[in-house]
Amino acid sequence: MRKHIGMSALALASVAVLAGCAGGGDTSDESSEPVDASGVELTVWVDENREPAVEAAAATFEEETGATVTLVQKNFEDIRNDFITQVPTGEGPDITIGAHDWLGALVSAGVVNTIDLADKTGEFEQVALDAMTYDGQLYALPYSLEAIALIQNVDLVGEEAPATWDEMIQNGIDSGAERPFVINTAGQTGDGYTMYPFQTSFDAPVFVQDSSGSYTNEVGMGGANGDAFAEWLAENGESGTGYISTTVDYAINNELFNSGEAAYTVQGPWAIGEYPDVNVAVNPVPPAGDGTAAPFVGVQGFYLSSQSENALIAQEFLVNYIATEEAQRALYEADPRIPAWSTVAEEVASDPIIAGFLASSQNGVPMPSIPEMGSVWDFWNAAQAQIIAGSDPVPTWNTMVGDLEAELGG
Amino acid sequence: MSVQHDEAQDLETTSGPPSTSRRGGPSAESHSRGWRGLGWGFLVKLAIMAVINALGLLALISAFRVESWWIFGITLALLVIADIVYFTKKALPLKYLLPGLAFLFVFQIFVFGYTAYIAFTNYGTGHAGSMEQAVDAALIQGERRVEGSPTYPLSIVERLGGELGFAINDGGEVLVGTENEPLSSVDVPAASGAPSDVPGWTVVDRGRLLSDQELQAAVVDLRVPVSEDPNDGAIRTRDGSSGAVYTSTLVWDEEAQTITDTVSGTVYAPNDRGSFVAEDGSSLPTGWYVNVGFDNFLAIFTDPALAEALLIVTIWTFAFALLSVVLPFALGLLFALVFNDPRIRARKFLRVLFILPYAFPAFLSALLFRGMFNAEFGVINDLFFFGADINWLGDPWLARGAVLFVNVWLSFPYWFLVCTGALQSLPSDTLEAADIDGAGKFRRFRSIILPLLLVSTAPLAIASFAVGFNNFTVIYIFNDGGPVIPGAPYRLGSTDLLITAIFDIAGISGGVANYGLASALSILVFIVIGLIAAIVFRQTRRLENF
Repeated sequence: MRKHIGMSALALASVAVLAGCAGGGDTSDESSEPVDASGVELTVWVDENREPAVEAAAATFEEETGATVTLVQKNFEDIRNDFITQVPTGEGPDITIGAHDWLGALVSAGVVNTIDLADKTGEFEQVALDAMTYDGQLYALPYSLEAIALIQNVDLVGEEAPATWDEMIQNGIDSGAERPFVINTAGQTGDGYTMYPFQTSFDAPVFVQDSSGSYTNEVGMGGANGDAFAEWLAENGESGTGYISTTVDYAINNELFNSGEAAYTVQGPWAIGEYPDVNVAVNPVPPAGDGTAAPFVGVQGFYLSSQSENALIAQEFLVNYIATEEAQRALYEADPRIPAWSTVAEEVASDPIIAGFLASSQNGVPMPSIPEMGSVWDFWNAAQAQIIAGSDPVPTWNTMVGDLEAELGG
Repeated sequence: MSVQHDEAQDLETTSGPPSTSRRGGPSAESHSRGWRGLGWGFLVKLAIMAVINALGLLALISAFRVESWWIFGITLALLVIADIVYFTKKALPLKYLLPGLAFLFVFQIFVFGYTAYIAFTNYGTGHAGSMEQAVDAALIQGERRVEGSPTYPLSIVERLGGELGFAINDGGEVLVGTENEPLSSVDVPAASGAPSDVPGWTVVDRGRLLSDQELQAAVVDLRVPVSEDPNDGAIRTRDGSSGAVYTSTLVWDEEAQTITDTVSGTVYAPNDRGSFVAEDGSSLPTGWYVNVGFDNFLAIFTDPALAEALLIVTIWTFAFALLSVVLPFALGLLFALVFNDPRIRARKFLRVLFILPYAFPAFLSALLFRGMFNAEFGVINDLFFFGADINWLGDPWLARGAVLFVNVWLSFPYWFLVCTGALQSLPSDTLEAADIDGAGKFRRFRSIILPLLLVSTAPLAIASFAVGFNNFTVIYIFNDGGPVIPGAPYRLGSTDLLITAIFDIAGISGGVANYGLASALSILVFIVIGLIAAIVFRQTRRLENF
């Protein structure tokens, strides 16, 4: 929460600064350039991390077209709802940054336009384009992929990837660390997202995928596989081995790992900066069940508002100024996530940490973007938190699945 | 009373606080009387009214531009009323009331009215815009690029009369067409790139295109059929410099108000829930918001999962609000009594120490306590319970106790402060008289101090009950309403108050938003608090009879 408040204060400040800049930026020359769009103002919502990179792309665009790009910095978590509520009133931006799993909600709210990358389609990783596609239509320009992975303390357990959960725990115990393994459960809230690779290794996906890989709205967490996962969760929960505990939230997780008290953790690329004191290696998450541990792959990209009054120039900005190798590289440098632009992705995979996250995401499945996913989190996280805290695993899990099916059916 | 006198008094009231000159007796003559004619007061009034009118006009113009007729109407009404009130002599009392009334209207009644309006709609995920926007969205979603269609270099062309068309370069051949005329070849030798010269047409300059919003909108909407057969698709452009062939599967019939899928033949008709639904029950993803009557209010009581969780939340909310008045009040009063005793040394210093928690921002304290109550890493278990593993935040009752403790810790200094003040203003002769009559300490407290104290603190207690009832910060930051009530929708938890429950239901923090239901709930909360406040204020009048 402290972070949020800091960020919104920063956002306010930068909006003020940007507003000042925007006023002064109108005077750029108009005559010599082939495209003259002076007087046109594009509003783009970005978050704190991506702002510098988008700003760089916007500067070139402003210089070449004379248009003004106003970047409005927002909390990433606020963007989805603000976009949904503000676009219909005409107050929304022309372009916003966003995550692919918002797509279902954005489509059902009718606030996003489709986008045509034409000959640039081939430049992107296919999984990124797939994630941004809904019902056969591409709705956003993808720019990054991300997936959680196993992060290990090289000084304690070496760089070698453990093959299974049991092997990892054994390595951790042998290393002499206070805890072999630590994982964030968002405190009492529960964190199905971070736990998901273990769940998929029991072959109990949130939603069943059809033959083409699209998610159906059939819940896949029930049955024997789901029970097996629930039991595993309880065995390693607070009444069991205690490796998974609801006392660990994001900050405590990172603190324990960074201080060397834990040998392994599961985290996303965004947390790497929290481990300055540890020599880290990144590997795919080891399976706890018999299947593959498949984390959710998240894709982030730029959405175009369906109510934009500058649709042509917004499209132009996205396709010709953001969908370029330089802009994609700048985005990577501003906020290091695996690039969706293939050549940049290859380039940065020379970094072993990025390569580790890339390997993990190759095991992964796209996070469902169907609107039904919005109903899943509350039930799912809560059931996991309860099982970890010690309630009877199988009944708790099956009640959750039943409640969820009732909610989706109703 | 002469006319002139009347006017002078009138003017004086508008130019400043009226009380001093009116009461000051004959010597304090109004400053507006020193002048003959209109006087200073009138000039000041004129200036202020000019500014207000200018601002109002500005608001009117911008409301007119964005076609926001409600705001336009209300602003206009307010402006007209203001001018009438301040420029006629008849509406004297209104001169004092109008500014307050205007603020009341804008900030309270309008907000409340709008919330009430939302409470009767299904505004939320999937129903966020108007029907028109839903149609737009459906058409966007139904139109897709023909697989294998190349991207043609394209330019926008214009004919006399302003009819727009596209000219594309199809592998060296220039084709031109408009909305009504399918593409046809023009005999122009085309090199590469977009056609730059088309006989009979003016090529629209790209600079003009991008800086003219109306033209841009027209170009975005323009579809040029590839041939006479509509199933072949039509050229559209996304950026004004290239085009591709698209086909649309959904067609909007404005007269029948239906959307037809041309491939499957399904007809989607609007229903009264704000969705386009086909006969087989399937619907289009995008809906719009409509009036749903009392459905949201009914859902609160009839949806079993929601009703049960909300009942737990409601009972806890009352308990929490009541206890967070009574406990801190008792604690604050106790300390106030103790530190009011002249035998205690360094009283002033100790009092400052007690007020410290009050000076801390509540959300910071709540954050700190959240860490301290952590079962495994928290200070509280380590220091006070010898490292016992007490799951403060995971057990519903312990979590309630913990959150209450935090709130008491945060608010008892306030009561300490208030009670200290009230104690020091008690009439000392009454207390002395009681002493002489031989009343003991407890008797004095029960019969004199407490009743007198309650007279001055009861209204504050009611206010703090309302604050406790809506104490979002502490709950949200301390443990976000956890632990979760099993099976409750919207992640309602054991320590959720109605206000945090509303927040969860509204879906602001992600998930599924339902603003209609959340508004309905807030209205119920408003009514409950209003009723309680009214009843309790009535009761406190009795205290004054002591």
